[in-house]
Amino acid sequence: MTLEVDDLRVYYRTLKGDVQALDGVSFGLRDGEILGLAGESGCGKTTLGKALIRLDGRMKHVGGSVTLDGQVLPIGDDVKMNPYRFKQVSLIPQYSMSAMNPTRKIGRMVRELLESRREKLDLDELHSRLDLVELPRHVLGKYPIELSGGMKQRMVMVISTLLNPSLLIADEITSALDVSTQKAVVTTLKGFRDRGFVKSMIFITHDISLTNQLADTIMVMYAGKLAEKAPASTVVNAPKHPYTQLLISSLPEVGVRYADKRLTGIPGNPPSLLKPEPGCRFRDRCPLAFEKCAEDPPPVEVEKDHVVACWKAA
Amino acid sequence: MRRYFGRKLLIYGLTFFMAVTVNWLVPRLMPGDPVASMLARARVAQPEAQEALRVYYNNLFGFDLPWWQQYLNSWGSLFRGDFGISLWAFPTPVADLLTRAVPYSLALLIPSILLSWVVGNRLGALAARRKVLDNTVLPVSYVLTATPYLWLAALMAWGFGVVWGIFPVAGGYSFSMTPSLTWAFLVDLFWHWLLPFASLFLVALGGWAIGMRNVIIYELESDYANYMSALGAPQKLIRRYAFRNAVLPQITGLALQLGVLVAGALVTEIVFSYPGLGSLILAAIQNKDFFLLQGAFLFIVLGVLIANFIIDVVYVIVDPRTRVGMAGAAA
Amino acid sequence: MKTEALYFAVRNTKLLVGAGIILVLLGIGVIGPFFIDKPPTEYVGMQMQPPGGEYWLGTNTFGQDLWAQFVHGLRTTFLVGALGGGIAAVIGMVVGFLAGYKGGWIDEILNMLTNIVLVLPTLAVLFILNAYIGVRSAGMQALFIGLTQWPWAARSIRAQTFSLRGRDFVDLARLSGVGSGRIIMREIAPNMSSYLLLTFILLFGGSILIASSLDFIGLGPTDAVSLGLMLQQAHQWSAMHLGLWWWFVPPGAGITLIVGALYVANVGLDEVFNPKLREL
Ligand SMILES: Nc1ncnc2c1ncn2[C@@H]1O[C@H](COP(=O)(O)OP(=O)(O)O)[C@@H](O)[C@H]1O
Ligand code: SF4
Ligand SMILES: [Mg+2]
Repeated sequence: MTLEVDDLRVYYRTLKGDVQALDGVSFGLRDGEILGLAGESGCGKTTLGKALIRLDGRMKHVGGSVTLDGQVLPIGDDVKMNPYRFKQVSLIPQYSMSAMNPTRKIGRMVRELLESRREKLDLDELHSRLDLVELPRHVLGKYPIELSGGMKQRMVMVISTLLNPSLLIADEITSALDVSTQKAVVTTLKGFRDRGFVKSMIFITHDISLTNQLADTIMVMYAGKLAEKAPASTVVNAPKHPYTQLLISSLPEVGVRYADKRLTGIPGNPPSLLKPEPGCRFRDRCPLAFEKCAEDPPPVEVEKDHVVACWKAA
Repeated sequence: MRRYFGRKLLIYGLTFFMAVTVNWLVPRLMPGDPVASMLARARVAQPEAQEALRVYYNNLFGFDLPWWQQYLNSWGSLFRGDFGISLWAFPTPVADLLTRAVPYSLALLIPSILLSWVVGNRLGALAARRKVLDNTVLPVSYVLTATPYLWLAALMAWGFGVVWGIFPVAGGYSFSMTPSLTWAFLVDLFWHWLLPFASLFLVALGGWAIGMRNVIIYELESDYANYMSALGAPQKLIRRYAFRNAVLPQITGLALQLGVLVAGALVTEIVFSYPGLGSLILAAIQNKDFFLLQGAFLFIVLGVLIANFIIDVVYVIVDPRTRVGMAGAAA
Repeated sequence: MKTEALYFAVRNTKLLVGAGIILVLLGIGVIGPFFIDKPPTEYVGMQMQPPGGEYWLGTNTFGQDLWAQFVHGLRTTFLVGALGGGIAAVIGMVVGFLAGYKGGWIDEILNMLTNIVLVLPTLAVLFILNAYIGVRSAGMQALFIGLTQWPWAARSIRAQTFSLRGRDFVDLARLSGVGSGRIIMREIAPNMSSYLLLTFILLFGGSILIASSLDFIGLGPTDAVSLGLMLQQAHQWSAMHLGLWWWFVPPGAGITLIVGALYVANVGLDEVFNPKLREL
């Protein structure tokens, strides 16, 4: 196992109380595994991604642990977490377009970033990775503003993986792209994994059909909790959780994506995470709900590598 | 980049053109014979000069010529550096009075602007870093920036000059001195310069500190800062980047504040009877010397335009984005 | 939204302190003169009296009551600030809305005009105007100040309008045939009302500072007493050298207090309206 997340709880502090955005999520990631993380907007995907690399000022680590390569990550301590960042855990942000300092030439920025982490810049390696993503080497002498959107995205992908992290988190990096560019990004990420630039990866998207092209395993979240986790083909072809089933059936055809038919096909809205009522959080919208659903359904491994949190599936 | 400068120069050119035109127009809009009425209102030092002035100014205004020729003539004399003759200090040409005063004004303005900008930016950046500093620097800065220049000047003149008697409170140098390149004179000059400079510096300082603090906090929350933090870059590097980028809007801010700073210098000079343009303007207003006033106006406009242009050049040097021609500073 | 803003407003110390100071001074300026039966320029007798029981702020070299002047001066100062700031805000809004919403050549021209007035050194323009035209009522002074202070407001309002113009609800209104004027008044202005308020407050403070400079160089209103004029007279009659600190300290402190309170209240309001700043 590269990564083990155990009963992780991360809340947002707000004036009205804590938003329980990540409420007891457990899962593992093997070497070389790519995990697709899916679910409606607001279900806590970004929160999980941030929890693994950098909590923002309003988030607090309430409980649970994260173990990467056998070491427990001090995720609640911003300073202690620093040595792990970039080298062990890295991130391709949602905002690739603005992720680079606009007033530094890219090459110089990369060098300063590496020096600040006491790493030597291996120029040959950097060049070969630029070649791999088909970026001309002279981009290093340019300012970010001189690059096109696609070039900036590829540059950020190269920077984030330069130190061969064990875990890479990619949060909604394809959302703003057209379909052919999305494919290219997915191919590049796969290439990074196959070449060993990254050991394992969490690919976050609200677009489950895209996840299917890349991920070995898909994890579906609902309202801050894990709903279902299984090999990609199982999730797509034989989902057990009612929520996943609705998600999949609302797709016109797996692998095809229609702009207006993503994860919007399920009637109703997710519950507020401010003071969620006990019990299954999906039960207001669940067609199969029954009395037992007033209790929290624990995640159960119904078959090998297939975890479902639903009373009906167990 | 060429487009950027082209646009800027066009604006400055138009501004100057408008200033000269207004300057030409305003006296002509006054009812009656402007020369006669101005001479009547002015306090001319020597009565026998009245007649000479009347002849001279009727000639200068050239009222018998068609208006467009009058207008062109005024540009002609402007390019010859002829601003007319002062009524108050007859028969000294206005241009002479102004060129004598300008060095004193610049000696106050340039150091106080540059130093307050540099120190204020540093202070603001420090304030953005530490809560303790933020809670002290910020309130003090707000008080300073809300203080009228002239009042701080008056307080300092009173406190340091009258009550404690450490500094002289009037003039550019002591009455007993004659300007010369001796140490004694330079020290005297410096001693007279210090208080007006300090009061200008302090008021301006507050604004820069507040501005820098706000911009840098904004920069520290920007995407690139978040990305660097996620990659474990030390705060030192992120702050360096943020400061560097926050300086850019502060340079633009400098251009925007020039008018206020010049105004501050003018009234500060008046408080200290410092022999710069401010004191000259006060004399012009008190003695109704409109020619002197108009000359001072054009000098100040021209000075501010030149300063704006210098700031534009600096901006292009500091912001690479304007150089690669992909984006410009706010016009 | 409204109640939420109120919730934070009554809990924001900066806003409360700033607004409190302004209200107290405004109250003195508005009500105070009714309790002073003599005009502020009247010679009440004793000259150069330090502050005391009879004359709270003392008297000047002419034997004028400085408290009376201060109270009337506050009133003028507030008037010039509000009027000058108001005029500047209105011009800035008209120019900014038009340029930002209409775009095209209207934008080009207005932008050029804005930039020209922006680089002109305000005080220099004002002393030329004031000296020649010479109408010196407080209202006239405010008008001139307003006419020169609007450019930066216009610029930022233009930028905001520009970004609002592309929003759905504006498109919707446009598609349903609503005229530009109505769209600006009904859709765009309400959406930046908090921003407009902040702009006005800054212009208010700025106008007071400029007015004090004008007063000081002898271009203040001739038919009124203002805090700036008190400073001008104190300087002209050598109050500093005579040690009459009560002549020039209170009016300057008054201006600083008003402007500082306005700025601080502005920061507080910004935090109230802007959730991002709130959490800091
Ligand atoms: N800064 C915040 N303060 C309070 N609640 C937040 C904050 N950020 C996110 N949330 C809440 O946390 C939940 C999960 O958000 P997020 O992780 O961003 O979801 P996703 O990435 O799946 O769309 C949402 O209900 C959201 O409203
Ligand atoms: S636990 Fe009950 S409510 Fe929840 S998904 Fe399963 S059946 Fe539906
Ligand atoms: Mg998200």
